[in-house]
Amino acid sequence: MPMITYREALHHALREEMTRDERVLIFGEDVVAYGGAYGVTSGLAKDYGEKRVFDAPIAEGVIAGAAVGAAMGGLRPVAELMTINFALLAADQIINHAAKVMHMFGGQMSVPLVIRAVGGGGAQLASTHSQSLEPMFAHVPGLKVVTPATPADGKGLLKSAIRDDDPVLFIEHALLYRVRGEVPEGEHLVPLGKAAVKREGKDITLVAYSRMTLVALQAADLLSQEGIEAEVVDLRSLRPLDTETVLASVRKTHRALTVEEAWRTYGIGAEIASRIQEEAFDDLDAPIRRISGVEVPLPYAKNLEQAAIPDAQRVMKAVKEIFARTGG
Amino acid sequence: MGGKTAAKVGQSGLDKKTLLNFLHQMLLIRKFEDKAGELYARGKIAGFLHLYNGEEAVAVGAISALEPHDLVITHYRDHGHAIARGLDAKRLMAELFGKATGVAKGHGGSMHFFDASLGFYGGWAIVGGHLPLAVGLGLASNTLRKNQVILCIFGDGGTNIGYFYESLNVAKLWNVPVVFLCENNLYGMGTALHRASAIREVYRKAAVFDIPAERVDGMDVLAMREATVKAVAHARGGGGPYFLEAMTYRFRGHSMADPILYRDKSEVEEWKQRDPIILFQQRLREEGVLTPQDLEQMERETDELVADAVKFAEESPEPPLSDLHEDIYANP
Repeated sequence: MPMITYREALHHALREEMTRDERVLIFGEDVVAYGGAYGVTSGLAKDYGEKRVFDAPIAEGVIAGAAVGAAMGGLRPVAELMTINFALLAADQIINHAAKVMHMFGGQMSVPLVIRAVGGGGAQLASTHSQSLEPMFAHVPGLKVVTPATPADGKGLLKSAIRDDDPVLFIEHALLYRVRGEVPEGEHLVPLGKAAVKREGKDITLVAYSRMTLVALQAADLLSQEGIEAEVVDLRSLRPLDTETVLASVRKTHRALTVEEAWRTYGIGAEIASRIQEEAFDDLDAPIRRISGVEVPLPYAKNLEQAAIPDAQRVMKAVKEIFARTGG
Repeated sequence: MGGKTAAKVGQSGLDKKTLLNFLHQMLLIRKFEDKAGELYARGKIAGFLHLYNGEEAVAVGAISALEPHDLVITHYRDHGHAIARGLDAKRLMAELFGKATGVAKGHGGSMHFFDASLGFYGGWAIVGGHLPLAVGLGLASNTLRKNQVILCIFGDGGTNIGYFYESLNVAKLWNVPVVFLCENNLYGMGTALHRASAIREVYRKAAVFDIPAERVDGMDVLAMREATVKAVAHARGGGGPYFLEAMTYRFRGHSMADPILYRDKSEVEEWKQRDPIILFQQRLREEGVLTPQDLEQMERETDELVADAVKFAEESPEPPLSDLHEDIYANP
């Protein structure tokens, strides 16, 4: 399998789906001449024409709303909002419209659309450009929220999202675009709502998503050197949430730690911990712990920003504390 | 006031059947709304109920200019538009009752009427929020070569929010076949237009985007039709968006919860002198198109349609509880 970047994998997904289905079109901020803020749509306008790949003004409300309307009109739009922070300006369209059309009108119509946005911090962009807002959107029934961590999942999930008949918020991570990985060529679909065990282990389950999956994997490698075998579950989709894969892992390891870049309070880790204790309380040997982004607006200064974002050292420390409490 | 008033009935070029049908629809809307208001007071209908009394000429005139494959997308004061588009009054009343037979299976209520089979794409309750959707529908019409025109209806209160400007800008940029129709009834809920908008001639707001725009007498059904026919032809011919401002007035409160403390009774009475239904009846009589017998028959027919609708709604079942988990996802 070829080793390509996350950016290239997403680009391939768009290209393949545009070739496969003429109803797929791309519009959003800087998708034509600029090629997308992170280069994902580079060259697509030239190859597919500006009737299928075109720029929208920096006006997130109309971008997201037009995507809903276009989907109602029979297209399968992929709208690009640049970053998840700007999705706040489109939150009304995403939550009040995209997530409601199917239900509010009695099931007469669904809205097959994808909204792509970049989330996460670590690039010193300060507090309004570095947020991890996926828990806010994952809270909403009617939406699907997808957060790929690897190039292969990026491609497979984006292709599935475009083919899905429901509105999908597809959240990429700013620090992953240059990460390389093996990606199958051609038809490669990853189902929405299915987590993946990215590393097997018997001692503890690390539940993560997006870039924190890589952090968890890094921590697991380091822990292995110390004799602790961590299993890493990558949620991949936050809604629908694959509880079964998490529970199966916890039933094997009897310990769990969640790792997320988003803020702790009311977060994804809280939801995972709650589901584990509801369904697998008797399997647990230790209380579930959470590693999350520090609850502050993300600062610009490099050292402060790094201190706010979870890393492998914090994950390892928490794992060791769990074992110190319960014994191996 | 102001706005173009149409030529006399005889010069409208419309046949008797069409003219009488306009009156029939306007009467049906008025009676449907009066009955809905009464049933709301009796606790049969809940939630918010925004009645369309006084604005009937706008819906009937404008929607008559559309082809069957065109689309209507509108705001939450949507009963009149739904009836004018031909949605079944029975299923509309059932929706108000929250019954399984309603147009949205009881999921949407008064503000969210929808019938895809008739090109009636809602019923949207976030002020101004559906204007971007109209742009997207217009984009789909162009891309898929549907030759559809999208009639997007909203109130004067919807012209002060960012969506309005974003949508008009993109509609012009993308040259989408959308007719924007502002029902200017002079109040956004209880706030008068002049307290909410720096520009009182709403149609002028479209001019900055080079979108052709005009003001129409929204109490004159034929003026509404004439203006919309022109707007639709412009959009369908590839000319891009068009903007109409219909000057109208709601005779009742914003919703049933409205004590109407913000406008003078004299103002309401003045507008009622221009009741679109009475005006149109007078004109049809003067032109010899409407006989007292015609009117009597039409009154009876529309009374029956409303009575049948209420009976249907009363007798319809509630949605089954299993429906609670339905229609959240197309691919669960």
